[in-house]
Amino acid sequence: MFFSRTVTNADNGPDAWLASQPQPLPPMQPIGSAVDVCGVTKRFGDRLVLDGVDLHIEPGSFVSIVGRSGGGKSTLLRLIGGLDQPSLGTVRLDGAERSGLAPQMTMMFQDARLLPWQRVLGNVSVTRNKHWRRDAVAALAEVGLADRAGEWPSVLSGGQRQRVALARALVSRPHLLLLDEPLGALDALTRREMQRLIERLWQEQRFTAVLVTHDVAEAVALSDRVIVLRDGRIASDHAISIPRPHGRTAGKTAELEAEILEELLL
Amino acid sequence: MSGALAPAPAASAHAHRTPVRHSVPWQRIADTMLPWLVPVVLIAVWQIAATEGWISRRTLPSPWSIVTAGAALAQSGELEQHVLTSCRRAFLGFSIGGGAGLALGLLNGLSRPAEKLLDTTLQMLRNIPHLAIIPMVILWFGIEESAKVFLVAVGVFFPVYLNTFHGVRLVDGGLIEMGRVYKLGRLALFQRVIMPGAMPSILLGIRYGLGIMWLTLIVAETISASSGIGYMTMNAREFLQTDVVLLGVLIYALLGKAADAAARALERVLLSWHPNFSVKQRGG
Repeated sequence: MFFSRTVTNADNGPDAWLASQPQPLPPMQPIGSAVDVCGVTKRFGDRLVLDGVDLHIEPGSFVSIVGRSGGGKSTLLRLIGGLDQPSLGTVRLDGAERSGLAPQMTMMFQDARLLPWQRVLGNVSVTRNKHWRRDAVAALAEVGLADRAGEWPSVLSGGQRQRVALARALVSRPHLLLLDEPLGALDALTRREMQRLIERLWQEQRFTAVLVTHDVAEAVALSDRVIVLRDGRIASDHAISIPRPHGRTAGKTAELEAEILEELLL
Repeated sequence: MSGALAPAPAASAHAHRTPVRHSVPWQRIADTMLPWLVPVVLIAVWQIAATEGWISRRTLPSPWSIVTAGAALAQSGELEQHVLTSCRRAFLGFSIGGGAGLALGLLNGLSRPAEKLLDTTLQMLRNIPHLAIIPMVILWFGIEESAKVFLVAVGVFFPVYLNTFHGVRLVDGGLIEMGRVYKLGRLALFQRVIMPGAMPSILLGIRYGLGIMWLTLIVAETISASSGIGYMTMNAREFLQTDVVLLGVLIYALLGKAADAAARALERVLLSWHPNFSVKQRGG
């Protein structure tokens, strides 16, 4: 793991509170995985959830999957991560076909899923790898919670818990981060804060990120590409070429959001 | 989930008690003494009633005569002998029954095939009141030590088994999936997710088991024994030593209380992460 770091100038602006945290990370080489989903169909009993999905995700990109509830978004995410197996078709990671859990993959869920009987530090390094303490402290510093390492999860707020979950997801320096509506249960302000944090850490660490969300604005704000899933098929695929952060070019962002929302309402 | 646990009732009690800390000391003393007021008054009334002869000595000897009877028995070394014998039986029976309950509860909780094979049988056996098999046990073991230990073990087994089994089954599936995603091995998953998740339920089973342990032992020693507190009280009954009988009851109460206090201490240590058990309560 690469926690050796040099002190660089932290970016100013809205992330100033994060920048005030110790030891900002230097930019990293792209380490993201390429994901290839080929003709994937998934049935649960008689119900067809995914119907021949083809999707290529560039290494190091940030892709969002939006769609209505029950549209197969989470199922697709679970297939990419290898938590479930497709009924038909294949999922390839960096060109290699595989069954079972994706290597170098971590995941954030809608609820933080912290172990209530482990303190924050123990939750971050749940796998107890070598140097787990040092790595967990560094990862907590990245999400701005260095001072809460010794707390029980039960005393943290919802947003802080998700930040611990984010630290846990990133401490192993994953190549693929899957986000299953991790911000769905947070209030609007905490949500914006978390979005910025996720974007910043993704920019620094260059893993591939796949986000499932109901929130079109969130998808547009964070992603290079938004995929609309409807009735188990990819209905449309929007590349976002607006320079980051996407919120600053409000006109274009709003236009794109409106377009995607319109599609979802069809 | 972690956050869904209701704030401990003690937390509000703590908030309520906070002003006391800053007020006059006698108020604090009164606060701690108050729960003992009723028992003390009752014992005083009892003592007066006995010395004044309102109650017959045979029906209810005075508290003081129980103390002297206890002192006499303690001096002869008889009391210590009986208490140690009873405690040994309780401890042995609890270890065997509780150990088996824990092992089978974990096995059936973790393995569906094992549950299919064993659970129905265990549920059938559970519905037999374990004290109903005393005649059987006397036929098998006579009135040896093993009879008492066996009965206690059977009595303790079921609450520990059931609570362990349910504790394992009710571990949050989301946490287990999280463990999978982070590629925890089977042992790590068991140690860090399943066992701590089941622990509150297991400890509850242990507390139930401790209650049943004393109950079973009292019955078993009363019916057939040649030593132990139950034997001591039955023996005293033959000689109409009501004070010794009451002493026996009192000792059972104290031992039961001690076992429960030990279980609570265990809960405070093992469940220190749990907002309802943490020693240092936090508000809000």
